[in-house]
Amino acid sequence: MLTRREALLGTATGAAAAALLGSVIATPALAQAKVADIAGLPRVSVDLVAPPFAHPHDQIAKGGPKVIEYRMTIKELPMVIDDEGTTLQAMTYEGSMPGPLMIVHEGDYVELTLVNPETNEMPHNIDFHAATGALGGGALTHVNPGEQAVLRWKATRTGTFVYHCAPTGMIPWHVVSGMSGAVMVLPRDGLKDGAGKPLKYDRIFYIGEHDLYVPRDENGKYKKYESLGDSYDETLKVMRGLIPTHVVFNGKVGSLTGDNALKAKVGETVLFVHAQANRDSRPHLIGGHGDHVWEEGKFVNAPAKDLETWFIRGGSAGAALYTFLQPGIYAYVNHNLIEAAELGATAHVMVEGEWDDDLMKQVQAPGPIPTN
Amino acid sequence: MKPGFLLTTALVIPAIALAVYLTRDPAGPAAPPAMASPQTVAIAPGRLAYRLPGEFQTAERPVDAPEDRVRFRRSFDIMAYQVSAADYALCVADGACDQADGAVQHRQNLPATGVSFRDANAYAQWLSHKTGEGWRLPTDEEWAFAAAERFSDEGIDPDGGSDAIARWLARYRSESEAAKGRDPEPKPQGHFGTNSNGLHDVGGNVWEWTTTCYRRVALDRNGRVDTSTDNCGVRVVAGKHRGYMSFFIRDGKSGGCAAGLPPDNLGIRLVRERPSMLSAFKALWRGATG
Repeated sequence: MLTRREALLGTATGAAAAALLGSVIATPALAQAKVADIAGLPRVSVDLVAPPFAHPHDQIAKGGPKVIEYRMTIKELPMVIDDEGTTLQAMTYEGSMPGPLMIVHEGDYVELTLVNPETNEMPHNIDFHAATGALGGGALTHVNPGEQAVLRWKATRTGTFVYHCAPTGMIPWHVVSGMSGAVMVLPRDGLKDGAGKPLKYDRIFYIGEHDLYVPRDENGKYKKYESLGDSYDETLKVMRGLIPTHVVFNGKVGSLTGDNALKAKVGETVLFVHAQANRDSRPHLIGGHGDHVWEEGKFVNAPAKDLETWFIRGGSAGAALYTFLQPGIYAYVNHNLIEAAELGATAHVMVEGEWDDDLMKQVQAPGPIPTN
Repeated sequence: MKPGFLLTTALVIPAIALAVYLTRDPAGPAAPPAMASPQTVAIAPGRLAYRLPGEFQTAERPVDAPEDRVRFRRSFDIMAYQVSAADYALCVADGACDQADGAVQHRQNLPATGVSFRDANAYAQWLSHKTGEGWRLPTDEEWAFAAAERFSDEGIDPDGGSDAIARWLARYRSESEAAKGRDPEPKPQGHFGTNSNGLHDVGGNVWEWTTTCYRRVALDRNGRVDTSTDNCGVRVVAGKHRGYMSFFIRDGKSGGCAAGLPPDNLGIRLVRERPSMLSAFKALWRGATG
């Protein structure tokens, strides 16, 4: 059992570090001059969109660098994570797993207002892998319930990057309770293949994968807890076994299948952005491929071509571009198929359009083996 | 998921395992103490027009199964309720049934769930032994006839289109629709009400095993059977929609229907054979010898 008071005390060192770092950053004259420049940049306030979708954005930047303002509210809430009604005491950015995808261009500034409402139990913060310094911003964004903080960081490197919560002493617990998401920093002139040819997409499917660790009771049934603090001790024990009870896309077994299946058309190009903040994954599109894949997610590197499966390192986000060539149902899975079929890491894409017999044809339907 | 992916998995059944199962010694309890016969409903003779189970194709394209007309010349008795978890537990306690994967608490009169085809047969055998009656699983057509208005026809070709991909997408959509708001938590017996024949809980969230084997049929241009292959490692499970499950599967969630939407739960409802001359004689003999 972890009480709110204990949780707050646990962050005391982090808060001290934050105060120190804050004062250091504020001093140098050069930094001050740059800050003055930033004040002259255009500011754009962007509303975040719940996954698996992305907020409206330009693939090729219009004009010069901007300050992109986002606001994220941290929501602690019970979330049902499978179709058996298993409930996770979740911690989330904006109430979704993963947190919303932020898309900016290289040279832009991200200015995030992080809000931790008084109704929450726990202190939180945010570590942007795309940002430089202060633990990715984690040291400057510790917010207790009832507080908010504003962090600005410059997008100096292109690519897809994870962000996650990282409060002192409780980092993994917050991450495997839902607190991770991704940022995509696009090159100002858009995506390109290795030869400099522009690459465009018609839509983004943003997949956040979470490994979850839900304790069971003596009968093997998943336990439900009254509060986050109540769930801490036993959850930590399961976490330390390193075997997740659920591996899910977008917060829930089946969150991207059936009625919620992703939709595309033959000829459309989709950019799959796949974030996993904690554990390795290996996305595979059953029936399709990765035409251009930034496995590590970093656009300055030439994309790999024609991949069957790609590797997402725990703690990173990758991007895969694919143009659908056949209609039908595609399964986008973590190709550890046990995790896909038994633990939940499966999404479906319903693709409409004309079938291409040249690419595939059922020459003979299954039937009895002929005997002479 | 690839078309029929789950089914393909289901079809790759080691035939050996089935053979071993079918030839193993029926392990029944030694002394059969009397047990009250479960409540049944008599299904009167009649006719049934229904869509055949299995997968059908014409000219290499999947099509809806044709409708068949079946005549039931004799009436039969079928359990009014699904076998309860408590009754199934008696079979387990007797050592004649394996522990089910479903609910173990028997409060609230929950139906037995988490049972495979072989569990269902073991239970039928045990119940027959206990009651001195002939109990067995129904065929798919018996089930459809008893289910009456709760039997669901699963045609998905409203426009008669035979484009395999369109069918595939249409099926996915209809299943997604059907899956909305589904609640797989087993409910106490009687929760889903009765049908016109007086059967309780037909088409609730517990599917019922039948003896009918999965069949793949190629029809000729006139709609007549050209070729057909039976696979008895996979049986029809009857419920809200028809499913096809490998005989050893206890939890449809990981087994998969051909349709792709798995049954919420797998359970048992048995048919009682009308006593034959021989069994009637045996019963008389038992009575006479006390």
